[in-house]
Amino acid sequence: MKKFYLSCLLFAPVLMSAQTEIDGIMMSKNNFCVGSIYQYSSWNQYWEGSFKRENLNLGTVSTQSFGIMGNYGITDKLNILFNLPYVETKASAGTMEGQKGMQDLSVTVKYMPLEKTTGNATYSLYALGSFSTPVSNYSADYLPLSIGLQSKTAALRLMGDFQLGNFFSTLSGAYVKRTNINIDRNAYLTSEIHYTNEVNMPDVISVNFRTGYRSSRLIAEFVIDNWVTQSGGFDITTNNMPFPSNTMNALKYGVNSKYTFKKIPQLSLLGGYNYVVEGRNVGKSNTFYGGLFYVINFEKKNNQDEK
Amino acid sequence: MKNNIQKTALKSILALFLACTYSCSDEITERNEQFHALNPTNIDALAGTWKTFLLTAPDEFSLDLPLATNTPAFTREINEIKSYQNNISADQKRIVKYWSAGGVLRWNEIMRTLVARHNRPPYQNEDGTYSAPSGANPFANPQFPFSNPPYAARAYAYVSAAQYDAMVATWYYKKLYNRAAPFTVDATIQVLIPKSSMPSYPSEDGVLSGVTVELLKLLFPTEIAYIDGKAEEQKLYRILSGANVRSDVESGIILGRKIVAKFITRAGADGAGAAIGNQALWTQLETQTAATGETPWLSLDLPARPPMLPLFGKVKSFLMTPAMVTANRPVAPPSTKSQQFAKELAEVKSYGNNPSRKNMEIVSFWADGVGTYTPPGHWNAIASELFVDQNYSEVRWARNMALLNIAMMDAAISCWDAKYTYFNPRPSQIDPSIKTRTGVPNFPSYVSGHSTFSGAACVVLSHIIPAKAQSFINMAKEASDSRMFGCIHYRSDCEKGLELGEKVGGFAVKRALTDGAE
Repeated sequence: MKKFYLSCLLFAPVLMSAQTEIDGIMMSKNNFCVGSIYQYSSWNQYWEGSFKRENLNLGTVSTQSFGIMGNYGITDKLNILFNLPYVETKASAGTMEGQKGMQDLSVTVKYMPLEKTTGNATYSLYALGSFSTPVSNYSADYLPLSIGLQSKTAALRLMGDFQLGNFFSTLSGAYVKRTNINIDRNAYLTSEIHYTNEVNMPDVISVNFRTGYRSSRLIAEFVIDNWVTQSGGFDITTNNMPFPSNTMNALKYGVNSKYTFKKIPQLSLLGGYNYVVEGRNVGKSNTFYGGLFYVINFEKKNNQDEK
Repeated sequence: MKNNIQKTALKSILALFLACTYSCSDEITERNEQFHALNPTNIDALAGTWKTFLLTAPDEFSLDLPLATNTPAFTREINEIKSYQNNISADQKRIVKYWSAGGVLRWNEIMRTLVARHNRPPYQNEDGTYSAPSGANPFANPQFPFSNPPYAARAYAYVSAAQYDAMVATWYYKKLYNRAAPFTVDATIQVLIPKSSMPSYPSEDGVLSGVTVELLKLLFPTEIAYIDGKAEEQKLYRILSGANVRSDVESGIILGRKIVAKFITRAGADGAGAAIGNQALWTQLETQTAATGETPWLSLDLPARPPMLPLFGKVKSFLMTPAMVTANRPVAPPSTKSQQFAKELAEVKSYGNNPSRKNMEIVSFWADGVGTYTPPGHWNAIASELFVDQNYSEVRWARNMALLNIAMMDAAISCWDAKYTYFNPRPSQIDPSIKTRTGVPNFPSYVSGHSTFSGAACVVLSHIIPAKAQSFINMAKEASDSRMFGCIHYRSDCEKGLELGEKVGGFAVKRALTDGAE
């Protein structure tokens, strides 16, 4: 049985909003994992369409975020997760003022309908439904320094996980539906000027693959994440300002790891790094993160559920 | 039981996702899709006598006598309309609905898109210098034009003034030749738009197309294919809708092209081409300001960029002489060493320290920076949306837009004259700890361009629609304040800018009182 007494979230920060709990791990029934993650992401090059450039008027654009998140096991096969980040942006050069504030609350329902073990191998399937909504009235139309895009999102992700001994692979794909947003001006240019303050946000398909070592004490994995904006977006033209409904694509490589303390098995430490390999209308960012999680067991009897 | 919970959970995830996906409609209603068809309350039958800007007389350029309506050739033109109408497609209906709101309005909108597309500062060369966009080589990097606010103000003014002169000539010839509209000649023709009681030769849309296309080719040479596409639609619209026969439209285009040549000649010699200056001038501006003991303006762009159009103050105005520009020049700004300056700098800084969300909204609403239609374009949008409800004739639309845009071109001239007379620094130059909420424009601070444009627009629009005067005043004040809230202008820049704009707008108002339209 691939069940972890201490199975917290491994985290894949996706563009503006770090949110997705896309690992092949479930919290056990009545366990609540809560923690926080600090993340630092920065870039000094970005793509205008396919043109990679730097901008001396921005220097290095950095985004720091501090998120509170949690995961509760309703049953062994059904978890509910949330994430709420505080985000702060800054440009190292030029005159533009950075932004800060609470960003978007996301809630995810994670369900594992199938888990099958044959010999040393375990297969499992998951369905994840995520919803996110901005929790403050930050300005989305202040890119590249806005703290988010203001869009409410609904994502459906299907995921398959395969574990052989202590080695595993997880593949998942999601369709992210994004609602229209309102901006502070009442006309804006895409290919032509639109006379409205409402902006149609293109949807996104996200594909994530991760593979590596996984035991109850240590997880170390390599991650590939591809975030692809669907039709309706458009490119930043040369020396133009970015816009929330730009096509924003990013292919990321990264590593994640999590260590669970032997003496205090409720406590785990996690960290990771990822970078954008190839993008379109996004920064070529490097991201580091680290966090601490603690599991509280609300089950009366203390069932040791370790592998 | 556990199994049930889980099945329910899976179903709920799916149901919620689908519900969200389908309940959140992406349909957006844009304001300019709501405009109703032009149906003037007053056809301005006597507009052929109104005072023109460049035409010496409404018939300075000749227009051929029209075909008589009882000739077989005219009947064939009527048949053309019927044949189009027999097979009208959904896309053709869309074209009719779009253009029926009015040619002056739609061309103004098209132009705002062109300005916004090209309102991007040149990208630097490898060595950190910048190349100037060149009208002679518009597809090179950087593309021509960089439609910054002065360029845009002048472009809107030329198109509007040429359209106005052309509409006066059109009204003159309509009355002179008095050819009946196709639907008057043949009652079986359907008319898809409100019927006009004006004679139909030449077609106002034909003339507008002839005038506008040629000027836009000059002003936005990389966009000719796009412009031609719009002109073809407009031409088709008049015939499809049954409002004009082909010869109404085509003669109109010919007349429009003759008239516009006069404006194109003027544009070639109004000084705008030389407004960019040269290195010697840029250096001189700096040294002459330093010589007075003041801090000269420095570009805050990285790499540093030459100042934007330093000689735009010398561009030839439609309503002001160079002496009038000088006479209206605002008094010098507070010295950077004065107590007044320190106070104003502190005020700017305080807006940065305590940005309310409301202030940020105001900054963003009026920013009209890179990639937008500029402040003059914003005022064109404001005016257009109000004019739609006024049910003007095309000639009055053209006249009011010309007054507005000529006033804003004069605002650009007068404002740029002040900026390069005083060449004073932006707040962030003096105090780099001042962070801004919008881009810092690459030209001196005093006086504020937004304030000058808005003051001028406010005065002209208040004259045209007096009932809305208070709302124009409020908007102009807010546009002006937005530059302080954004931390890129001092209070003096904004207040003196508004005053200057109001003075300049006064010249257009004076003309409005005597052009024969009121």
